[in-house]
Amino acid sequence: MITSADIKKLASLSRIALTPAEEDEMAEKITGILGYIEQIKQAGTTTAGREKEPVRNVARPDTNPNETGAQTETIAALFPAREGDSLKVKKIL
Amino acid sequence: MIDLSKMTIRSAHEALVKGTFSAVELAEAYLAEIGRKNKDVNAYLEVYADVLEQAKQADKLIAAKKAAKENVPLLAGIPLAVKDNILIKGRLASSASKMLANYRAAYDATAITKLKAEGAVFLGRTNMDEFAMGGSTENSAFGPTKNPHDLERVPGGSSGGSAAAVAMHGAVAALGSDTGGSIRQPASFTGLVGLKPTYGSISRHGLMAMGSSLDQIGPLTRTVDDAEILFNVIRGQDIMDGTTISADTYKKEPLKGEKRETWAKPKIGVPFAFMKQGGIHADVLKSFDAAIEHFKKLGYEVVDISLPNIHYSLAVYYVLMPAEVSSNLARFDGVKYGLHVDGEKGLLDDYLKTRAEGFGKEVRRRVILGTYVLSTGYYDAYYNKANIVRNLLREDFKKAFSQVDLVLTPTAPTPAFKIGEKTSDPVQMYLEDIFTVTANLVGTPAISLPAGMSGKLPMGIQLTANFGREDLLFTAGKDFLGEKA
Repeated sequence: MITSADIKKLASLSRIALTPAEEDEMAEKITGILGYIEQIKQAGTTTAGREKEPVRNVARPDTNPNETGAQTETIAALFPAREGDSLKVKKIL
Repeated sequence: MIDLSKMTIRSAHEALVKGTFSAVELAEAYLAEIGRKNKDVNAYLEVYADVLEQAKQADKLIAAKKAAKENVPLLAGIPLAVKDNILIKGRLASSASKMLANYRAAYDATAITKLKAEGAVFLGRTNMDEFAMGGSTENSAFGPTKNPHDLERVPGGSSGGSAAAVAMHGAVAALGSDTGGSIRQPASFTGLVGLKPTYGSISRHGLMAMGSSLDQIGPLTRTVDDAEILFNVIRGQDIMDGTTISADTYKKEPLKGEKRETWAKPKIGVPFAFMKQGGIHADVLKSFDAAIEHFKKLGYEVVDISLPNIHYSLAVYYVLMPAEVSSNLARFDGVKYGLHVDGEKGLLDDYLKTRAEGFGKEVRRRVILGTYVLSTGYYDAYYNKANIVRNLLREDFKKAFSQVDLVLTPTAPTPAFKIGEKTSDPVQMYLEDIFTVTANLVGTPAISLPAGMSGKLPMGIQLTANFGREDLLFTAGKDFLGEKA
């Protein structure tokens, strides 16, 4: 059973503003969904899949970098706020 | 006058090479058909303004290849539709969300790069459930898509726009993405072939991430042959996606069954116990039984198999997927790109307001559910437990594929339902995914094939193969639909 107070906390962790009416509806729907999900608790258990696979690097080698500035305009054009080639953000401290 | 009603990639390609029509003429025919139907169906969010220009380039490519006595690429001049969560450089890509309503892709998805190299023509971007979350395309911020077979019904989802575009003869084929059935279920609802390939076989570079351990790009087509053509073009290892596999990652086991020397057909297993769970529409069961009989008539061996944990699939999926969603969608914060709503009380207020306004109801619900199952105190009961059951499922399938080559189920438990019928009850909506989520959880390839009608509504069956065995899906699929191999 998820209460509206739980939803308020989860919404703040999720960085989503909800109105009190939205919190109530969310609590009702998520309680319903969890009621369905609960069944996994009856499932058995296994240790399969827990073996540690050898670690391998899947990142691409950091070679042949783009020429400085080649992508700047493409990316900066998407900024909600920009100052020159910089992303403008609000003061946080 | 070009007849689009039976147009396939193969037939269009042959006509383009022969010169029966040009790529420009073909594109014009599709644009006209879209013009007639899209206002009712709402399959496309945007039809690109430069379609004819793209087609002109394709005609040039075809002419140049012919002059050089080289093979014309199979997709040269073929008009395709692309789901709105796959990036094409310079074009809008919104994932049908207000969050990205004005977002212009900064780069091409790898799948798109490969299609461009073949000279494919992109008609436009198709409607979907917001960020691919839904089974009906009703969760789009830009209005629902209708099923071309019955405009009062949904086309399925989340790739409902891509499915409807092909089904209304508004594209030869389309790209979709499948996290829990989002290609196969719409294919089933609209009478198409839909393929969710092996996890890692197609690069997700440039696909907006939803559940990263589940997501795959795949084709929606009129024939199995077309699905195979598209799959072969867009597959392959990609340095930009570390989860991609190479052609030899999975070794091909010999086919199961006894009469191998005279009988080169894959052996089919059906989890009959799972069919008796209830909640499956009578017409779906009837067409499923007919499909089994049809396979038997074609010489396939069909046996009962046990998948003891399969009934947990959907519950496992609805823990893991929201968990991954809540992490993946954290990037939408109104700072770097996309929607920005200014809060009066500083940066935190910006986040709260941007995400409240940018995300629709279902997306918010899944982000919050994911946050819950990942939170301290519930993590073990939900997220960890779901991962354990996911491993049980993998073991079940490993065992099954030691006995059979293919697993057969319906694609969806119902034919297309009415618009609005399931929107107030998320669990009812989620149950639409009951047969499809397993392939995403396990990582195996699965295909939906058209199989029978419920009145005027198409239905589908689903074949699942072992890792890397799309070839068996294509063989059995062509057999089933009577396509020439």
